Amino acid sequence: MPYNPALVAPMREEMVRLGARELKTVEEVDATLGDHRGTMLVFVNSVCGCAAGNARPALKLALEHSVLPQHVVTVFAGQDLDATARARQYFAEYQPSSPSVALLRDGEVVHFVHRHQIEGRSPQSIAGDLTKAFDKHFGAGAAV
Amino acid sequence: MTVVVETPGSLTYVGRFDTEDPSGVHLINVGVHDAAAGGTREEFVRRSARFGVRTDRNHLVVPRAEVVRITPLGEIES
Repeated sequence: MPYNPALVAPMREEMVRLGARELKTVEEVDATLGDHRGTMLVFVNSVCGCAAGNARPALKLALEHSVLPQHVVTVFAGQDLDATARARQYFAEYQPSSPSVALLRDGEVVHFVHRHQIEGRSPQSIAGDLTKAFDKHFGAGAAV
Repeated sequence: MTVVVETPGSLTYVGRFDTEDPSGVHLINVGVHDAAAGGTREEFVRRSARFGVRTDRNHLVVPRAEVVRITPLGEIES
């Protein structure tokens, strides 16, 4: 059963303020992730206080970096159930966890951050790893 | 916190630490590896770190006496 929408609204808004586009339906996910060209960050949002509470501030820091994905989108685990399940099909090699972050280039997952790589770490530390991944996969010297 | 629980035998568990009580260490969403059935413990842990935890059991209690070491999965190089 999905969480109470009122409970998750502030967590959704936090991502929208960062410029992320919410994908709430299977159709929206397919239209965005299907046959996508370019670079994209997909954030699987979550109500989990211990991990998601650090993941969102980490994304805020990372998205201030000079090298960025062309698109930032988000689905909400435990809330938009069908959209989240569909999004996970695009990175099915990785076990589901939330929060998590997938970096895609031309539809291929080039980097994945699991919940266990977020837990217990500061936003600054998580953001540091993300910006390194941005540089490696999205920077001018990234392989295409 | 997602942890790796090593035992003196062939079993290794990866899951979210829930609590510890006299019955043992409670884990949820647990991946279970039995080295006796094939594959090394190290490979299982490395794969879990890289690709995430494949849940075999929703809840599992590892008796305290069987716990050799508990390590955060996030500290494992994938």
